Amino acid sequence: MPPKAIFAAPGDHHTPPPPETRPLAAFRIEDTVSAPTASRNGVVSALRRHPPALIGVAILAGVTLLALLSPLLFPGDPLAITGEPFLWPFASLAHPLGTDSLGRDILAGVAHGARVSLRIGLSATALGLVLGVAAGALAGYKGGWTDAAISRLIEIFQTVPSFVLLVVLVAITQPSAGTLSAAIAIVTWPTVARLARAEFRSLREKDFVLAARSLGYSHTRIIIHEILPNALPPIVVTASVMVASAILMESALSFMGLGDPNVVSWGSMIGQGREYLRSAWYISALPGLAIMLTVLALNLIGDALNEALNPRKRGGRA
Amino acid sequence: MKRHLPRLARIAGHAGLRALPTAIGIVILGFFLLQQAPGDAVDVLSGESGGLSTEAAAALRHHAGLDQPVLSQLAAYLTGLAHGDLGWSARFNVPVTSLILQRLPGSLLLSGTALVVSVLAGAALGALMAAREGSWADRGLSVAALLFYSLPSFWISLMLIVVFSIHLGWLPSGGSQTIGGPEGGLAGLLDHARYMVLPVTSLSLFYIAIYARLVRVAMIEARAQDYVRTARAKGLSESRILIRHILRNALLPLTTVAGMHLGGMLGGGVVVETVYGWPGLGRLAYESVIGRDFRVLLGILLLSSLLVIVANALVDILQGLLDPRVGVSHAA
Repeated sequence: MPPKAIFAAPGDHHTPPPPETRPLAAFRIEDTVSAPTASRNGVVSALRRHPPALIGVAILAGVTLLALLSPLLFPGDPLAITGEPFLWPFASLAHPLGTDSLGRDILAGVAHGARVSLRIGLSATALGLVLGVAAGALAGYKGGWTDAAISRLIEIFQTVPSFVLLVVLVAITQPSAGTLSAAIAIVTWPTVARLARAEFRSLREKDFVLAARSLGYSHTRIIIHEILPNALPPIVVTASVMVASAILMESALSFMGLGDPNVVSWGSMIGQGREYLRSAWYISALPGLAIMLTVLALNLIGDALNEALNPRKRGGRA
Repeated sequence: MKRHLPRLARIAGHAGLRALPTAIGIVILGFFLLQQAPGDAVDVLSGESGGLSTEAAAALRHHAGLDQPVLSQLAAYLTGLAHGDLGWSARFNVPVTSLILQRLPGSLLLSGTALVVSVLAGAALGALMAAREGSWADRGLSVAALLFYSLPSFWISLMLIVVFSIHLGWLPSGGSQTIGGPEGGLAGLLDHARYMVLPVTSLSLFYIAIYARLVRVAMIEARAQDYVRTARAKGLSESRILIRHILRNALLPLTTVAGMHLGGMLGGGVVVETVYGWPGLGRLAYESVIGRDFRVLLGILLLSSLLVIVANALVDILQGLLDPRVGVSHAA
């Protein structure tokens, strides 16, 4: 790998990210140069100062509440037929958002779909973070052959169009919440790995790591207790965007009928409404609004976190 | 210009050298992934035709090479690949290569147009937002960008169909040309273009949102640089400063992400092409998943990865042209 020293100059703001480091969300996390960890208070107060982020937090809290309460609010199978078909929204008190082509309640579907979307979004992100941080930390800290091998693997996974790979992965497994999350994690880990690698590479040269090493700390301890907390800020920003894109991916898969057929999901509701666009477009429209609100909330939070944790924008970086 | 050439050649050579092991890795990864798939195309055919006799199924498997051990299947696959042969599609009963090449132009046309539209619209909107930073136009466009950034493309597709095809009746809701409509000539071209408007829009909106945000930030950042102050102090005109000094630097990050988004567009094409019934690789991928024809799926995976590799190499070269610093340190 050629040294790209020209890009590494700190404070050189107008240089583009080097071709080797092209995170998916490059437009948000341009600056991967690490900073001392922002304190938790700093994050909270930054979120408070940022009204759009508050809106995001409120929407996300609402969706989470709906997901958690859906078994209480809408007991029974959301796939069960509960009324006459093609009831428009607001036409009946029993079905505030109307019913679909089979007479299933749309509000109950949206509420139960929130559970599915959030669960897959969170578990896929958690899995992707663990995989990505582990690989990136190893590559960045060890360097040498380990780095070369892992970087090659990252490059392979980032070259393959991710949605095509996702479709292949889903095609070879039985779709369920577990396999969908795993497939999405396999598609998304390289972004995190690339980011973590860059962080670990620059942090391992810092004095505090040298100090830890001279104190005789083990590599594992240095990686987990010394470097990781300092590498977290950009990874946290990416995590919120990852949840959003995991939700989008899951919905696209279930829209095409490649998701878990046994649960109701926003994507599958949109897919089933597709046949009736001409006469009853609301069947597809409403679950889409749920996706939009949830993803929008996550993106708003991601933006605010980026502003709070991005050292360049805070201007207080040494 | 003379000194450009060896540098660009070096960048291109570098990109090629880097791409080769990646390409080989992708072939092997893809092949072993699809070996994990339960059932093969012959199973599906047998299910659909109401059951094949064991002998007929075995004959079909033998014909498609599905009865060989895994490693010899890989060896046969690699040998074939070296000759541009991706194997035989048991599902469509044609060579995979010709099946894919037949769909390739449709996909390239769709994602290429979407990429160009996204870059142009994104750069224009981003520049506008940066020029009016903090104004209502900037805020409104920022909110719109965030909204479109949060919408799934398949949902946008359906809603565009509801509005523009069903209610207004302006544009067709699917297909790629009017059946029995004008062939060739300007009329045929226009007819084709009408069918492209909605798919291209559905695919682009997400990327326009990304690029607008990106260019906005890059331009605001670039114009605060010292070299812009220097240029202004030299007495250069504002338009010259905007184009030569600010925009040129602000476009660098755009070329990086736009190149890597080709893969995203090809992937997004799976959904959008399926919705609009557009004859491209994406819809073929969907059809081959449903038909469990993994050879076709593998071929699509490889070809779309190859396109991404080519796009990345082109971006490296383009950046060499835009940024004289790129590639200078490679010689060291």
